[in-house]
Amino acid sequence: MEILHFKKDIPFMSYGRITTAISLVTFILAVFFLITRGLNYSVEFTGGTVMEVQYQQAADLADVRTRVDGLKLGESTIQTLGSSRDVMIRLPNLKSKSSAQLSNEVLTALKQSGQPVELRRVDFVGPQVGEELVQHGLTAVGIVCLGIMLYLALRFEWRFAVSAIIANMHDVVIILGCFALFRWEFSLTVLAGVLAVLGYSVNESVVVFDRIRENFRKAGMRNHTVAEIIDNAITATMSRTIITHGSTETMVLAMLLFGGPALHGFATALTIGILFGIYSSVLVASPIVLWLGVSRENLVKPPKQKQEAVV
Amino acid sequence: MNRYPLWKYIIIAVALVIATIYTLPNFYGETPAVQVSSSRESIPVDAALMGRVEGALRAQGIAPDGMLLDNNSLKVRFHDPDTQIKARDAIEHELGESYIIALNLLPASPDWLARLKAYPMFLGLDLRGGVHFMLEVDMKAAVDKTMERYAGDIRRALKKKDVRYGGVKHIGNTIEIQLRDQDTLAAASDVVSRNLTSLTQTRDNTSFKLILSLSPDEMTRIQSDAVKQNITTLHNRVNELGVAEPIIQQSGPNRIVVELPGVQDTAKAKDILGRTDTLEVRMVEDDQAKVSAAMAGNVPAGYDLMDETSANGTDKILVKKDVELTGDNINDAQPGFDENGAPSVNINLDSTGAEIFRQVTAENVGKRMAMILVEKNRSEVVTAPVIRTEIGGGRVQISGSMSPAEARDVALLLRAGSLAAPMNIIEERTIGPSLGKENIDKGFHSTMWGFAAIAVFMLIYYRVFGLISAISLGVNLFMLVALLSMIQATLTLPGIAAIALALGMAIDSNVLINERVREELRNGMPPHSAIQAGYEHAWATILDSNITTLIAGLALLIFGSGPIRGFAVVHCLGIMTSMFSAVLVSRGLVNLWYGRRRRINSLSV
Repeated sequence: MEILHFKKDIPFMSYGRITTAISLVTFILAVFFLITRGLNYSVEFTGGTVMEVQYQQAADLADVRTRVDGLKLGESTIQTLGSSRDVMIRLPNLKSKSSAQLSNEVLTALKQSGQPVELRRVDFVGPQVGEELVQHGLTAVGIVCLGIMLYLALRFEWRFAVSAIIANMHDVVIILGCFALFRWEFSLTVLAGVLAVLGYSVNESVVVFDRIRENFRKAGMRNHTVAEIIDNAITATMSRTIITHGSTETMVLAMLLFGGPALHGFATALTIGILFGIYSSVLVASPIVLWLGVSRENLVKPPKQKQEAVV
Repeated sequence: MNRYPLWKYIIIAVALVIATIYTLPNFYGETPAVQVSSSRESIPVDAALMGRVEGALRAQGIAPDGMLLDNNSLKVRFHDPDTQIKARDAIEHELGESYIIALNLLPASPDWLARLKAYPMFLGLDLRGGVHFMLEVDMKAAVDKTMERYAGDIRRALKKKDVRYGGVKHIGNTIEIQLRDQDTLAAASDVVSRNLTSLTQTRDNTSFKLILSLSPDEMTRIQSDAVKQNITTLHNRVNELGVAEPIIQQSGPNRIVVELPGVQDTAKAKDILGRTDTLEVRMVEDDQAKVSAAMAGNVPAGYDLMDETSANGTDKILVKKDVELTGDNINDAQPGFDENGAPSVNINLDSTGAEIFRQVTAENVGKRMAMILVEKNRSEVVTAPVIRTEIGGGRVQISGSMSPAEARDVALLLRAGSLAAPMNIIEERTIGPSLGKENIDKGFHSTMWGFAAIAVFMLIYYRVFGLISAISLGVNLFMLVALLSMIQATLTLPGIAAIALALGMAIDSNVLINERVREELRNGMPPHSAIQAGYEHAWATILDSNITTLIAGLALLIFGSGPIRGFAVVHCLGIMTSMFSAVLVSRGLVNLWYGRRRRINSLSV
């Protein structure tokens, strides 16, 4: 069985102008949302306390809100989580109270309603931890980019390394932009997902680059222009690209559907990352390689000239 | 041509057998158990204890499923949680309080697996339920406290040698001794260099001051000792809680992570661990003039006005700032009764503590001494007994207006040791046991459905090669689980997500290979050469793409913390197992299927 088989190469490179424009617009939009709306950081980054409680029946959110507000603990957020029985309560850091006291107080207040309520989870994070996490996260992104660029520069050429990283950052910024636009919670697990996308999306670019290099080396491809060679490489790997991403996305979808609230953010980040990963490796990375002026000589070392012996 | 040499098949077979053995324990599940261990080396857990436990259970008509005695703990398995609870009560009744008796879940895998050191995967707190704390030790306070103790030591040493001094003050990270003249300065310098070699001395000959400071090395040592002592204290406190497998470890230079899996009563755990108290013994000032001045709001220099809590309410009490003794010198404390039958606390001091205590009591007969619980910025006098006589030998008995419960409380506080420096909880996670179970189920279901969908698709799309891809994907999952069980890495929910993602990404290698084989066939290559060329060409791409992914994974492992690290460990391992299974195992299967035949007309791909 075969879904995709192209007899002729698709002239991807001739669409370069349009695709670059689309990328630029989405990228700018993402940055715009990141700046204007900002990320909705989870308690792991901001510091504070999050409690998850479960009721036997659907919870009365208004009642929960009045009870929590009655404790005068500052600005709290109360929302359902997954089902209507699960309630998430988010509280800011208080200097005067430890988290242990805080969660106990809230639970006692909730129990006064007479409804049986079970404490499922408490997360408390002090302010200093959050700052460190942001720092570590940024360091990790930096190191990942550097490492990947170095490897690609060694294995291929610097032009490939630069375009792969640009395509990659494009994906990451767009994921972050989506999280900012919809105000989805940005937690550590989501960050792990974003960083995984960084590795995954490069993967995709590498497959195409590999093929480009191979084409340059092929004797039959001598007469083709660089753009044609890239088109051929993308077309040849197209089928694999779609199947691979389809499989990975199947897994991610399973997490989205069955993983519950804990894996929801992670799976969402990956879904966006995978969709844009296909697009960016084909239509962002390759045009940039072309634009940076890659040529056959960059990848294929000229065979050493035989020295004529003078007798 | 498509044949593996025998040794390659043997490598694959051996890897599979090992993977099977180490994956097996994960299928057996867990049985409820009661774990008996001892917090002290003087109380052994041995065959005699096993006999007592067995007897106690038989008396209650409870039949255990099995008993296991290993290094200093006794584990007794039961059939169901109800029996487990009943058995715990019976054992507690028999053994009393000198043992730690905890409910636990033990892997139900057979003994021969345990003997091969094959255990199920080690589940993180988000999957088992429990409490996680990160505590930060106040390093400045640790140094301050040591300096206070040094200042006390110097005062005593100077007094013993009859060196007259103006005052010993602790300022920042230095101690200043004010002396009268050149002679006393020299004498004091001599005393200090004999007793406290770790301090650097600076003499000020014009104002007759001796300034002592700590070297940077010494400072680091004090700080690391403080963290170590706090860890020991936390161990003692956790023992009071009765947790089966607590984890208490240092994380970074000044942080301590405490994990208590399976703790049901999280409020109590937080209460006991969150206590950030230290214990200090100081002299009480009963001079009426000073007390009334302090009560009027004018506390004299060198004194603190504190609250003393007793059964009749709170009283004010004036104590000197000088610390005579800290909780560090207390070996043991037990509640008991004095000769009149009144409740008492019996304290056992170490040799330094005993010597100091003898000296202090000798000098202060008839005066009161205060035992002060310092809780971050709040201090409270636990008890302030009168010194009736000089007490030597390090055995101290406090008695008087105490109820038996109070005596128990005081003893517990003293016994649990004291912290070298106060700590702040900077991170806390509590996960209820039911949520943990749900997380496992959800993670398992996502992986299972994702895997099934991919396998069905591969089978339809690539037929025989698809079947081979699906089998090698299964092998990948198998080996990943085996590897995780083998190294006992902590599996968390992000870790399960990483397993699922690893499978989703691992199929990439097989897709690359299968597509390549198809392409070679399309270019008119004969089947055998197409297999050969397909694998060969795909290998370069697989290597490149896996190494870039591995770079990302390693960076996560090094710089990530908490959930990110849990994800990264599995992610990295998954990449490695996928390289093995997607290339070596799948090629082995292809070779088995097609390689036997000399001529093949078509490939099912």
